[in-house]
Amino acid sequence: MLEIKNLHVKLEDEDKVILKGVDLTVEAGTVHAIMGPNGSGKSTLSYVLTGRDGYEVTQGSATLDGDDLLAMDPEDRAAHGLFLAFQYPVEIPGVGNMTFLRTAMNAQRKARGEPQISAPEFLKLVRTQAKALHIDAEMLKRPVNVGFSGGEKKRNEILQMAVLQPRMCILDETDSGLDVDAMKLVAEGVNALRDGNRAFLVITHYQRLLDHIKPDVVHIMSDGRIVETGGPELALRVEAEGYTRLQKSVA
Amino acid sequence: MATDAKRKAAEALLHVLPLPGREAGWAREARAAARTRLLEAGAPIKRDEYWKYTDPARLTAPLAVVDPTDARPEFESPFGEVRPRRARFVNGRFRPDLSDDLAQDGLTVATLSETLSHDLGFARDLFGRLEAAGQEKVARPLAALNTACATEGLVLHVTGEVAEPVHLRHDQVGEGSSLLHHLIRVESGASIMVLESGCPTNMVLEVDIADGGSFQHVRIQQGPRAGSASHIFARLGAEAQFKTFTLTTDGELTRNEVLMEFTGDNASGHIAGAVLGKGASHIDNTIFVTHGAEGCESRQVFKHVLTGKARGIFQGKIFVRKGAQKTDGYQISQAVLLSEGAQFSVKPELEIYADDVKCSHGSTTGQLDETAMFYLRSRGVPEPEAEAMLVAAFANAAFEEIGDKALADAMRAHAARWMAERGGCEV
Repeated sequence: MLEIKNLHVKLEDEDKVILKGVDLTVEAGTVHAIMGPNGSGKSTLSYVLTGRDGYEVTQGSATLDGDDLLAMDPEDRAAHGLFLAFQYPVEIPGVGNMTFLRTAMNAQRKARGEPQISAPEFLKLVRTQAKALHIDAEMLKRPVNVGFSGGEKKRNEILQMAVLQPRMCILDETDSGLDVDAMKLVAEGVNALRDGNRAFLVITHYQRLLDHIKPDVVHIMSDGRIVETGGPELALRVEAEGYTRLQKSVA
Repeated sequence: MATDAKRKAAEALLHVLPLPGREAGWAREARAAARTRLLEAGAPIKRDEYWKYTDPARLTAPLAVVDPTDARPEFESPFGEVRPRRARFVNGRFRPDLSDDLAQDGLTVATLSETLSHDLGFARDLFGRLEAAGQEKVARPLAALNTACATEGLVLHVTGEVAEPVHLRHDQVGEGSSLLHHLIRVESGASIMVLESGCPTNMVLEVDIADGGSFQHVRIQQGPRAGSASHIFARLGAEAQFKTFTLTTDGELTRNEVLMEFTGDNASGHIAGAVLGKGASHIDNTIFVTHGAEGCESRQVFKHVLTGKARGIFQGKIFVRKGAQKTDGYQISQAVLLSEGAQFSVKPELEIYADDVKCSHGSTTGQLDETAMFYLRSRGVPEPEAEAMLVAAFANAAFEEIGDKALADAMRAHAARWMAERGGCEV
C-alpha cells in the first residue's frame, strides 16, 4: 500500500539533512511500528508523507497504491486515503469541531467523486464514534481542540480517523502525554479500525503503546535511516536494552 | 489656522456645491458656522497628521452633484432575513417613490430639508452641533463641509421602542458627488435599529441618545466604488447604549470616522468593524471616543483581512476627561495579511486625565497560522476553503459585536462570499 524508496529529505531553509535514504513498505492490512530515539527523523517522515511545508525531498519516492504522494497537495493525499494523527494536535479557535470535520469529509468525498454526506447522517456517524471513544458531545461543539486536555486532543485525532476512514493511517507519538487509561482508550479506537485492509504506521518512542496496538512489523530508525526491521520482539528488545546498545549492536 | 492653500481648497469645495435654499434662521446660522469651521480648518491634505495614512485628495476633489436621476436601481436586501423599512436615496436624493412607509409607533420621520425650514426643537439642538463638538480635538473639515452644504437626509425622532429597523439605502448611479446628513434623536428609554448600505461620497450621521435610550447601527459598504467619507457623531446620555458595526469590502478609498462622546454616567458604546480589502482598495477607520462622564464603557473591535495590494488603516483614540472616573475603555485592532503586497497601519492612542480608569488597547498583524492551515489541509480541506475557515474564525470577534444574530449571520455570509470570490481580483 505505502511504498517509500530511498527517501532523502533536508530542511528547506537550512542545509540540514534529516532523512538519509528511508526504505519502507507497508502492506494492506498490516500494522508497522517505527521506533527510534529523539531526532532520528520519525516525525519528519510523517510530515513529509503528509505534505507539510518546510521540507525538501532531494532523492527517492513515496507512493500510495502506486500514486506519487510527493507530487500531491496535502488535501489530495488525504482524499487518497492518507491520515496523520498529530503528535501535537492543533488548536483552531473559532472553527467548530463539527464544521471542520464535516467540511473535511465532504471535501474528500468531492475529490473522490462521491456524494456529500447529509447533516443528519454525519451527526449520527460522529455520535456513534464519539461514544466509543468516550468523547463528550459537548466537546464536539467547541472549536477544534480548544480547551481540550492532552488526552482529549489525542482522542479527537482518533475520532477524526474513525470518521474519515482513511486507508493508510500514520500515528505520530499518539501515546505521548497519555496516562495508561487514556492510552488504552486510544488503542481500542485504533484496533477497532483494523479491518484486514487498512494499514497503520505507528510512530512511537516507547514500547508500551505496542502492548495495546500489536504491530506486525517493527522498524528501528536512527539518524535518518531504518537500521533494523523485525517482528514484535524487536520492540521488547528496545525496551530491555535501550536504543544506544541496540544501535551499537547494529553497527 | 489653515494655510492659504488649504483655505483655497476649502473654498473650491464650497464653490462647487449648490447653496441650500430657503431655510429657517437657526439652520442658516448652523450652516454659516459650519462654513466658518471649514474655512478655518482648510481642506485636509496628506501632510495633516490625521491624514498620515490616507491621502484625502480623492475625497477633496471638487465633484459636482449629479442631476437627480429617475433611475430605479435594483433592490436586493443585504441584510438577509431581516426585513427593515427601507428609506432609499439615489445619487444623494431621497426617493419616497422607492421607499417604504417609514412611520411606525415610536418613530417620527421627516426629511432634512423639511426640518431645516421649520423650527423643530430637537433638530435645532442637533444639526451641526455634534459635528461642531467633534472638532474640539481634531479638525474634521469634510464633516463641516457636509453640515454647510448637505440638503438631503432623514431626521428620525425616536420616542418609543421602534419595532422594525429602518434601512438607509444609498445608491449611486454614475459618477458624482452625493452629500447626506442624517439626524437621529433617541428619547429617554426609546430604542431603534438603523441599517445602512451603500456609500454616499460624504455622509454625516448625528445621533443624540438621551438617558437610557438605545441606538444600534449595522452598516455595509460594498465595493467596487470610488471615494467615500463618512462621519458618525454620537452623544450618549446616562445609561444610554450605542452600538455600531460596519462591514467594508473593497472600494478605492473609504474613510469612516466614528466619534462618540459620553456625557452621562454609566453608558455603554461599542464600535466595531470588519474590513475585507483586495486589489488596490484603501479602507480607513478612524475612531475617537471621549469619556466625559463616570462609569462608562467603550469598546472598539476591528478586524481586517487584506490581500492583493489592499491597505487597511485603523486610528483609534480613547480620550478620558478629568473626572471621568471608573471609565472602562477597550480597543483591539487586528489584521491578517493574505498577500505580500497588503498592508495594515495602525495608530492607537490613549489620552487620560482621570486617575481611576481602566483603558487598554492592542493590535496585531500577521499571516494565517501555517500549522493550522496544514492541519486543515491534512484532513482534506482544500487550501482556499481552509483559508476561508481560518479567516472566518479570525474575523468572527468583530461579527460577534453585532447584537442581532440574524444580522450577524447576514454579515458573515457577505464576508464568506468575498472570500470565495476574492481570488479573481488579486493584484
